[in-house]
Amino acid sequence: MSKETLVKSYDTLRRDVAARDRGLREKVMTLEEAATLVSDGDHVALGGCTLSRTPMAMIWALIRARKQGLTISRSITSTEGDLVFASGLGRKIISSWFSQGIVWGISKVMRHHVEKELAEFDEWSHMAIGLRFRAGAMGIPFMPVRSMIGSDVARIRGDEVKPMNCPFTGERLMALPALNPDVALIHVQRADAYGNAQLDGLQFMDIDIAMAANKVILTTERIVSNDQIRRAPDHTRIPFFTVEAVVEVPYGSVPHECYGQYEPIFAQLDRYAALTSKDPVAGAKQYLDEYVYGPKSWPDYLSMVGMETLLTASRRGRVIFND
Amino acid sequence: MTEQTSASIAYTASELIAIMAGRLLVDGQIVFAGVGIPLLAATLAQRNHAPRLTILFEGGVIGPFIVPGELPPSTNEQRCTRRANMVLPSTDVLLLLQRGYIDVGFMGGAQIDRFGNLNSSFIGPADKPTIRLPGTGGGNDISSLTYMIVAMKHEKRRFVEHVDFITSPGWIDGGASRAERGLPMGGMWRVVTDLAVMGFDEETREMEVLALHPGVSFEQVQDNTGFPLRRVPEITTTALPRSEELALIRELDPGRLYTA
Repeated sequence: MSKETLVKSYDTLRRDVAARDRGLREKVMTLEEAATLVSDGDHVALGGCTLSRTPMAMIWALIRARKQGLTISRSITSTEGDLVFASGLGRKIISSWFSQGIVWGISKVMRHHVEKELAEFDEWSHMAIGLRFRAGAMGIPFMPVRSMIGSDVARIRGDEVKPMNCPFTGERLMALPALNPDVALIHVQRADAYGNAQLDGLQFMDIDIAMAANKVILTTERIVSNDQIRRAPDHTRIPFFTVEAVVEVPYGSVPHECYGQYEPIFAQLDRYAALTSKDPVAGAKQYLDEYVYGPKSWPDYLSMVGMETLLTASRRGRVIFND
Repeated sequence: MTEQTSASIAYTASELIAIMAGRLLVDGQIVFAGVGIPLLAATLAQRNHAPRLTILFEGGVIGPFIVPGELPPSTNEQRCTRRANMVLPSTDVLLLLQRGYIDVGFMGGAQIDRFGNLNSSFIGPADKPTIRLPGTGGGNDISSLTYMIVAMKHEKRRFVEHVDFITSPGWIDGGASRAERGLPMGGMWRVVTDLAVMGFDEETREMEVLALHPGVSFEQVQDNTGFPLRRVPEITTTALPRSEELALIRELDPGRLYTA
């Protein structure tokens, strides 16, 4: 990352927000229309974490739109990171952890791209990623932290982190640069047409990401009326004025999970692992051809996953409401 | 996995590690647990001797009860939240470490050295790795800010003189070096393997064997370690896994997702 883009200037941040139409307006569009809001080379943050509330349909649409050269940031990266590298959508991923998941072993696709220097995985501690987004959300250029100090995780970040002493106590701290993505992709359970988004269950870093980003592309399991939002404003986590697009995508995180809606589609994840562990290049290409470039539409992709599989995942997803 | 038989009870290496590690947790503690054996061991302790144990997951969960047979694939799925007291943003649950609410962090390790530093990032040099590992996740934060229990397989390639890369700091170069580097709190407390339980010398911070598992000799532990191990004078032997402990583990993980 060049030094100019490590921390966005406060002038730029304020100017970008000021330039956006922040009035209450409808923003409902298709995945394809939303994809045009992302430019090649943008820094795109992904909401969710590991196999949870991954904005998979939107990533899928960006790959299909042949976007290139994105820098991706996410708390913890799973199969979506593999697809970003394998498709050429992005060449750099900023994250604390990157693999499919411990039950599938180390991602061969991640290993292939990083070890062959075809792409970069910039490693930060999990809390460091979170505090970078939080600093971005707070409109300040850095955040001090008491971790990453003394480790090689900090050492290999070079000039991207700065050891500092507290101006009040003199204690040793690590200064982390703010992260203000150009675009945030966030998948939620429900939102209204204006972009007021309500989240169930685990929030991960999504609220900070939304506030830090220059604009949010929301995908949502369903669009609800503004009246429904106003009946429970305490459940609204992302305010409409951060949002530029609202796309209704049922099962929009498949094959990952969406809290209270559906669990991960383990059959798809097992198939993906089997394909890519044999040959990370050919396996990922086959998966992309079959499931990303092949289908006519997102519902067409879901048909390939299968009705029975989706219903089972949904039944398991709703179990938490019985506890 | 070869099953070991002691008396009439057979168990796998992973089951042994989970049981021995779970026994180290104390009722009333707040434990920050990673996925896999740590999650299993903490749940075992919670259902066994430590009913008031509070488990935290970095996905943003306080005090859940894992449902048997529904183990999560990471610490970030809804299976981690069952009957929890609170869910909160992951940054905020990690900040509880920094604030000081966590008694012990508990995770697995790929590679460890004599001062308890952990590597989960690179095998070989960081700029030209032989293997790019998945990375720190919350490991660096947890090990920087609280006391740690690590559960791992005891193999020479995992127990090395110097880790290739310090992902999660232990006692750094030993002695007072951890505090001198700017990490005044916490540190590596226990390493639990399928052979032994280890701690760290109060002065030098070198790894030392505290207890051997049943049927294991000190020489066997040393042979599987890539650096000279210290041993405490009053070295003990751990109690055999009890059938109730094994039954609980198999109830929690019937598909052997974590204990294969």
